[in-house]
Amino acid sequence: MASNNGSAFRKAFETKDFVVTAEIGPPKGTDISRMVEHIEALKDVVDGLNVTDNQSSVMRISSLAVCRVILDHGGEPILQLTCRDRNRLALQSELLAAWILGVRNVLCLTGDYISVGDHPQAKPVFDLDSVQLLQTVGMLNQGKDLAGNDLEGGTDFFAGAVVTPEADPIEPQMIKFQKKIAAGARFFQTQAIYDVDNFKRFMERAEADGVKIMAGIVLLVSPGMAKYMNKNVPGIFVPDALIEEMAEAPKGKRLEAGIRIAGRMIRQLRDEKLCHGAHIMAIGKEECVPRILEAAE
Amino acid sequence: MIVAERKPLEQIEGMIEGMQKILVAGCGTCVAVCMAGGEKEVEILAAQLRMRAKLKGIQRTVDEITVTRQCDREYLDQLAKYVGQYDAVVSTACGAGVQFLAERYDDKIVLPALNTLFIGVAEGPGQWSQRCMACEDCILDQTGGICPMTICAKNLLNGPCGGTNHGKCEVGDDRDCAWTLIYRKLEKLGRLDYMRKIQPPKDYSVMTKPGRYSHEAYEEAEKKEDKE
Repeated sequence: MASNNGSAFRKAFETKDFVVTAEIGPPKGTDISRMVEHIEALKDVVDGLNVTDNQSSVMRISSLAVCRVILDHGGEPILQLTCRDRNRLALQSELLAAWILGVRNVLCLTGDYISVGDHPQAKPVFDLDSVQLLQTVGMLNQGKDLAGNDLEGGTDFFAGAVVTPEADPIEPQMIKFQKKIAAGARFFQTQAIYDVDNFKRFMERAEADGVKIMAGIVLLVSPGMAKYMNKNVPGIFVPDALIEEMAEAPKGKRLEAGIRIAGRMIRQLRDEKLCHGAHIMAIGKEECVPRILEAAE
Repeated sequence: MIVAERKPLEQIEGMIEGMQKILVAGCGTCVAVCMAGGEKEVEILAAQLRMRAKLKGIQRTVDEITVTRQCDREYLDQLAKYVGQYDAVVSTACGAGVQFLAERYDDKIVLPALNTLFIGVAEGPGQWSQRCMACEDCILDQTGGICPMTICAKNLLNGPCGGTNHGKCEVGDDRDCAWTLIYRKLEKLGRLDYMRKIQPPKDYSVMTKPGRYSHEAYEEAEKKEDKE
C-alpha cells in the first residue's frame, strides 16, 4: 500500500467512493510495541494513518518518526504538523525531512495552546498559522522555500487541514475554511461530528468543490465521555439521543454501543454520499477500528 | 500605558537582606495610574519595609522619593543628591524605569519592586487588560480595531482556531476569542472582506530586540548640525 513515489492516500480518493483514515497517537516514551500492534492491525483496513503531533500539547515521540515506522510496516502515514512547537525554519525542514523519508501527506494544524498540556511553562511558537503553513507546503511543492529561495529538489505533498462543522459561531470558521482551500488544502478531516443532520447543513454551505471532506468520528466509550465532551471540548456536540443510547447499554457493553454508533454513522455518511470519507479517532482504543468498519458494512 | 504589579513583600525583603539604608524610588506616570508604583504605593512599601525591620529587630532606614518619570534622564537627575547615602535603591518603576535608573547610577545596587505586566488599558476601577504587543507593524485597520497579535493567545492572523468555543478561548472561559470579536466587529462595520484576505506570515525581523527609534525631525536637525 505504501508508495515511495506518490501519495497512496491521494490515489484512494480517485479509486474509492469512500476513503477511511484512522489515527495513531505516538506514545510518551520509547516503548512502541503497543503502537506497532495498532499500526499492524489498522494499516490494511484504512487508506491512511494520521500521526498526531504532541497532541493536546503533551510531549511524545515526534509525528515524523512514527510516520516512518508506519512506512516500515507497510502503511500510509499522514503527518500531522502543528504551528505550536516550531518556527517557520523548523516547519520547513521538518517537511523536507518528511519528504525524503517517504511521507507524502501532511495535515496542517494550528495546534492546541501550550497551557493545556504537560509542559505549561514552555514557550508557545505560533510563528505561522495553519493557513500560512498550508501556503508554505505549497511553496515547497513548487520547489521554493517560504523566503522564495530555490530548493534542490522540492516536494509534492498532498496537503490537508481541519474544520469544525459544529463551531459556534460558524461564520468565522467558514471564512477560515475557505482561506485554507485557497491556501492549498486538498482534503479536510473534520472535528468529531455526532449529528448527521447538522453535518449535512455544513456540507451544503461548505462550497468546497474539488476538495475532499472526511467526517471526523470519535469513538464513544461511555455516556460520561459524551457529556464531558459536550461540556469541555470546543466544537463537539453529542445529541441527547446518542448519550441515552450509550447510557442504556449495560456496563461492560458500552464500548460495543460506541462501536455500533460509530459504524452506523459511517454507514449513513457513505450510503447517503454525504462526504468523501471518514476519519476515525478511537482515542486509546485503536484496536477497535476494524470492528467499527465491520459495523459500518 | 504600562501596567505593572507590586512584587510580594517577601521577595523584596529577600533582595535587601543585610542592607541598612534603602531608598524606595517611585515613578509618577504609568505605574502610579495602575496603583503599583506611584507616590502612595511607595509610601506603603516603605512603611512595610520599616515595620518588617522592626518586627525582626534589625537596623534599617527606609526613605522615599517619587519622580515624575524614571524613563527620562532629566527626572532621574533629581535623585543625584540622595542616592549616594543608600545601600540600595528599590525602584517601583516598570522594567524600563528600573534599568534607566540603574544605568544613571551605575555604582549603586538598584532593585525592582514591581513585575511589569503589559501595555494595556483601564477596564474599570482597579482592572486593566493587555491591548498591544508593540509588534512594530500595526494591522488594526484590517481587524476592526481588535488586535489578534494580543487578544488571540496564539497570535493567529487568519481566523479562529478549533479551540474557539461560543466566543471564548480554549485557554480559559474568562478570555474572549479574538477572532469571534473581530468577525462580529467587521460584520457590523460591513468590512468582512478584510477577514477573507489571507494575511502573510508576520515579519518578526522588525521586532529584533532591543528596539530603537529616533524621530525623523531630530535626525535631520542632527545632520544639519554635523554639516555646520
